Amino acid sequence: MISQIVSAVGVVIAGVFVCALYYWLSDKILQIIFPVPVENVRAASVNLNRRAMVRPWLFLGPALILLVVYLVYPVVATFILSFYDRSGGNFVGLANYRWAIQDAQFRQSIFNNILWLAVVPAACTFFGLVIAVLTDRIWWGNLAKSLIFMPMAISFVGASVIWKFIYEYRGGSETQIGLLNAIVQAIGGSPQVWISLPFWNNFFLMAILIWIQTGFAMVILSAALRGIPEETIEAAVIDGANGWQIFWKIMVPQIWGTIAVVWTTITILVLKVFDIVLTMTNGQWNTMVLANLMFDWMFRGGGDSGRSAVIALVIMAAVTPIMIWNIRQANKEMGGH
Amino acid sequence: MSAVASLRRVGLPRLIVHVSVLVICIIWLIPTLGILVTSFREAGQITASGWWTAFTGAAETSAARLGEPSTARQEGANYVISGSVFEGGKGGTVRAFGTRVAAPTEFTAGQAADIGNGETLTVNEDGSYTYSKNAPFEGRGKRVYLSVATPPSFTTENYRTVLTSQGIGQSFVNSLTVAVPATIIPILIAAFAAYALSWMEFPGRALIIALVVGLIVVPLQMSLIPLLKMYNEIGNFFGVPSRSYAGIWLAHSAFGMPLAIYLLRNYISGLPREIIESARVDGASDFEIFVKIILPLSFPALASFSIFQFLWTWNDLLVAMVFLGTGKDQLVLTGALNALLGSMGGKWEILTASAFITIVVPIIVFFALQRYLVRGLLAGSVKGG
Repeated sequence: MISQIVSAVGVVIAGVFVCALYYWLSDKILQIIFPVPVENVRAASVNLNRRAMVRPWLFLGPALILLVVYLVYPVVATFILSFYDRSGGNFVGLANYRWAIQDAQFRQSIFNNILWLAVVPAACTFFGLVIAVLTDRIWWGNLAKSLIFMPMAISFVGASVIWKFIYEYRGGSETQIGLLNAIVQAIGGSPQVWISLPFWNNFFLMAILIWIQTGFAMVILSAALRGIPEETIEAAVIDGANGWQIFWKIMVPQIWGTIAVVWTTITILVLKVFDIVLTMTNGQWNTMVLANLMFDWMFRGGGDSGRSAVIALVIMAAVTPIMIWNIRQANKEMGGH
Repeated sequence: MSAVASLRRVGLPRLIVHVSVLVICIIWLIPTLGILVTSFREAGQITASGWWTAFTGAAETSAARLGEPSTARQEGANYVISGSVFEGGKGGTVRAFGTRVAAPTEFTAGQAADIGNGETLTVNEDGSYTYSKNAPFEGRGKRVYLSVATPPSFTTENYRTVLTSQGIGQSFVNSLTVAVPATIIPILIAAFAAYALSWMEFPGRALIIALVVGLIVVPLQMSLIPLLKMYNEIGNFFGVPSRSYAGIWLAHSAFGMPLAIYLLRNYISGLPREIIESARVDGASDFEIFVKIILPLSFPALASFSIFQFLWTWNDLLVAMVFLGTGKDQLVLTGALNALLGSMGGKWEILTASAFITIVVPIIVFFALQRYLVRGLLAGSVKGG
């Protein structure tokens, strides 16, 4: 174990050193290839121009290589693989897509994903907004925000263990040690095996993601609320609006853009949700979602790259509108620069 | 003065706000508190009572055997056996007792219970008992069932167990080996790229920025199958293992790259133009400008992104499962915890201690560097705001 720590530290240093060396060395080589002689002004300016043409690509090179190899190429390759059989060797046309439409588990996953998409972003944004408004009004608000924000640092797997303990069920006359069942028992109900309760178990899994992500929504919406110009509120106060009206008719419309950003960010996260379902139920009891089904098919029976590629493409198709919208926004901002 | 502050003048009664925020905080904190408390309890106590009773002591059901008939002495017409139910065992406070396993709390402690057959039994809180009968005792010593309150006790034994015998210690080192290089390498690469995209003029710049923005949201799932095939082919071709730390560092670096470039470009392109141009006039090369001016000035943005990347790589399960494998000595903490959930389901003393070890590092990072984290989130989400 000690040797692993030593080698890890060594590799970190070596890796950083190699990276830095690349940028330093490539810059030096560039200067040698295109020298800037003091006596020859014309040659100097030509070479300076050449340096300026090459240098951006030296700086961008490693980043572009990583992006192309790990993201651009795989997107194209996955698309192509979706038309091939399980080993990726034989062309099968639309067979994988036909399979997906008829597969009960795939339909279940689509249904569950839609359920997640309908509940989680809305719940996170709503709770985030409410908490942001409330905590901005009290002196210990920052402490409260810290505590609510904290689950963001916890891994989905860790959060799953935390919540599995809350949902814990013990049969027979044993004492209920799960908080939820203890509460249910205390108010006179009978304990349940929450995570295998059909349909409703989805909501018990969603609660975990809401618990993690509400802090994110709260932080961003809180900053947006503070950015609202005060005159708009003052004008409303003078016109005799009450707190409720000011919140819904003056404040919320002004942060609409930020609400959209929070909503879409959480939507993307929900589409990729994997760890929570894997650790809580592994897709049993009708809780399967697309990301887990895709992972399942990657390795099931030696792996079926065609079918899992189709499932990945469905997730990709769902995020594409958001992607196009983001690129448009970025272009608009660039134009304003 | 903010808008919210002026809403306050109109606002709801203050007390309601305080109470509701307090309630929300408690709801948000209780799940984590539950596993923290449980991880310090003994296995027996965890299953005997909910963790919320840990500080008041737990009631455990246990059994004891009363003295043999031969120890009976005669008192008048009755035969009496007396002693303590705690003989040879640990102490505690008896809350209740019974003679049938189905009803261990039939009689409260100190009560003289008529248990039929002309027998009377009294078990006191301190464990001493008096067992009398109007005829001589026969057979073996009688079995009684007790509800014993044990004082709250906490132990660090669970942590010792998981760190040494459950492989969590090894996984902790693995997680560090994955997360630290996978945080530092992409920052360096992304910073250079962000500088080029902010302060250098070249054809195709706008296209690359659009590509980067687009790639931010591409789901990881799209990359897994082709990359897994590619890694296997490279492994076969060179005769090296296809799953290695170098492989996962590069994968994490690449997956974090779009967001890194985007965040850093937002920050670096906002630096004052005069500083960079005056350095150029002084004859500094772009490399020098970057190292001596841009890097130090961008510290807040670099810190923000490194926190994101560290949390993401430390907490990741999917990339590690695919690119590092699921062998026992390859597991990172999240993978180890997932494996324990399968093999140790219900053994909460193991699970809670392991879970707490996996979340303690990110929580420390979170509370220590929260300022930078918030700043990074805002830079990524409310641009111009």
